[in-house]
Amino acid sequence: MRGTGPRMTKGMWSRILPIPTVVLAILILWYAAAIWLNAPRAEALMDPDQPHGFWAVAQACWSMDRPVLPAPDQIVSTLADSIFGYPLSSPRNLLLQAGYTAEAASVGLALGLAFGIALAVGIIHIRTLDRSVMPWVIASQTIPILAIAPMLVVALGVMGITGLTPKATIVAYLTFFPVTVGMVKGFRTPDPLQLDLMRTYSAGRATVFAKLRWPASMAFLFPSLKVAVALAVTGAIVAEMPTGAQVGLGARLLAGSYYGQTIMMWSALVMASLLAVFGLLLVSLAERGLVALRGGRL
Amino acid sequence: MTATATLAVAPSLDEAPAAAAPIAVAAEKLSVRFGEGAGATLALSEVDVTIGRGDFVSLIGPSGCGKTTLLRAIADLVRPSSGLLLVNGMAPEAARLARAYGYVFQAPALLPWRTVARNVMLPLEIMGMPPERRRAEAAHYIELVGLKDFARKFPWQLSGGMQQRVSIARALSFRPSLLLMDEPFSALDEITRDGLNLHLHELWARTGLTGIFVTHSIREAVFLSTHIVVMSARPGRIVELIVSDLPRQRQLDDRETPAFLAVSRRVREALHLGYGHV
Repeated sequence: MRGTGPRMTKGMWSRILPIPTVVLAILILWYAAAIWLNAPRAEALMDPDQPHGFWAVAQACWSMDRPVLPAPDQIVSTLADSIFGYPLSSPRNLLLQAGYTAEAASVGLALGLAFGIALAVGIIHIRTLDRSVMPWVIASQTIPILAIAPMLVVALGVMGITGLTPKATIVAYLTFFPVTVGMVKGFRTPDPLQLDLMRTYSAGRATVFAKLRWPASMAFLFPSLKVAVALAVTGAIVAEMPTGAQVGLGARLLAGSYYGQTIMMWSALVMASLLAVFGLLLVSLAERGLVALRGGRL
Repeated sequence: MTATATLAVAPSLDEAPAAAAPIAVAAEKLSVRFGEGAGATLALSEVDVTIGRGDFVSLIGPSGCGKTTLLRAIADLVRPSSGLLLVNGMAPEAARLARAYGYVFQAPALLPWRTVARNVMLPLEIMGMPPERRRAEAAHYIELVGLKDFARKFPWQLSGGMQQRVSIARALSFRPSLLLMDEPFSALDEITRDGLNLHLHELWARTGLTGIFVTHSIREAVFLSTHIVVMSARPGRIVELIVSDLPRQRQLDDRETPAFLAVSRRVREALHLGYGHV
């Protein structure tokens, strides 16, 4: 038979091709934007004797020391340099800083997850909580985190609590909300027929929760968790920025902004995105695992 | 209501429940009112009915005649407003706590994240049966409804008729003495329905449990039942209680016999009487 061995089917191509296509498009747009944004300063900095043709200006734009918008290759080389150029224990290593941010984000996320679920359980089972708490929960999220974070860090610092705790608290504050909203919805999905069924078994509220509400809510847990992961990384970085933070990607961003090292700032940003993507990947893996356990559907 | 009763030692299928009361359900002047004041509806009005152990009773009537309400009252899913209702000689709540009945709803109501086997095991888990025993019981009843090869499948992989059979297996898994069914086959096609009717009839003949079955179909009611309760609406009440003189063991072909048609005619006439009042 012809064509034995692995082959790329048409279906596979249509799934894989979009990604490099989009990446290529983004890169082209990025290089173009770099020219557009850096041109005024780049031209001024160029040697007056050198030719000032379009291509020369473009190349100058892409190799500035402190560009407004660094070119992708500049970011990549700075990133690689900071990851591989220094030992992991050195504070200049971006991977180490990412580790600090990841620590704060994970601990905060775990706290936010636990609190969010506990609050959702309370809202479902206690009528007064259901009526009184939700408006406060929503109101809490309308206060800009950039305002709350410094206040919280300073307040906790006065009490002698520094380091991981204030950061984790801020992350928990941000992440509990999507979890609560999602889980309340999830806990309410069982229909009257299923609840009647539980009643015919004389099942108590705890049993109904364990056997019916909790498994039914899983479909809502993962989307909430994905939102929470993105918020956790953002929250950890925002929490690192006030009080001239010592460690983490937020600190690197701050240091970069003090010294005008725009390329360093962008590297830290890209690192933060990669961290969030990694977190999302973990959540997706967990979701896939559960789907497999449930025979293919959530 | 929050206590989960431990499973009492269940008699084997072959033993007749000799010590049990001969009356499974006794209702006297039973009324159920929904809502309050002027807007209240009388779903059941002064209903008197007695169902003996081992009977198969169908409740048939137009929409709103209270047949589902009566079934739900027996299951303690609805509180009577007045009158007397005893299930296995106890109050409906006590009967519910004693796991006296299994309930089959109009829709299968299976938990989609559990396999067929684990769905059938659900009531056994809630009752605290040890894992080995509940696996064995579930396997027995899955085989009884003819789904032995589908025990590890998920509900969405089965057809509607098969899902409803799982629902029946689940209702029987803890060996209740009563089986309450609310139009369980109404969403299925005729041939599947016929098959399930025969299956249910054979199950009932084998296990000797008491069946209470709500339906819209005269044919189904006459085929399955020893007694047919014809009801009418506004307010919900019993028009006639028809005792079927058909033999206890039946085949699908019996539905063409003159005796069968005679009973069907009696049911139809009683139904017309009920409709006439509407």
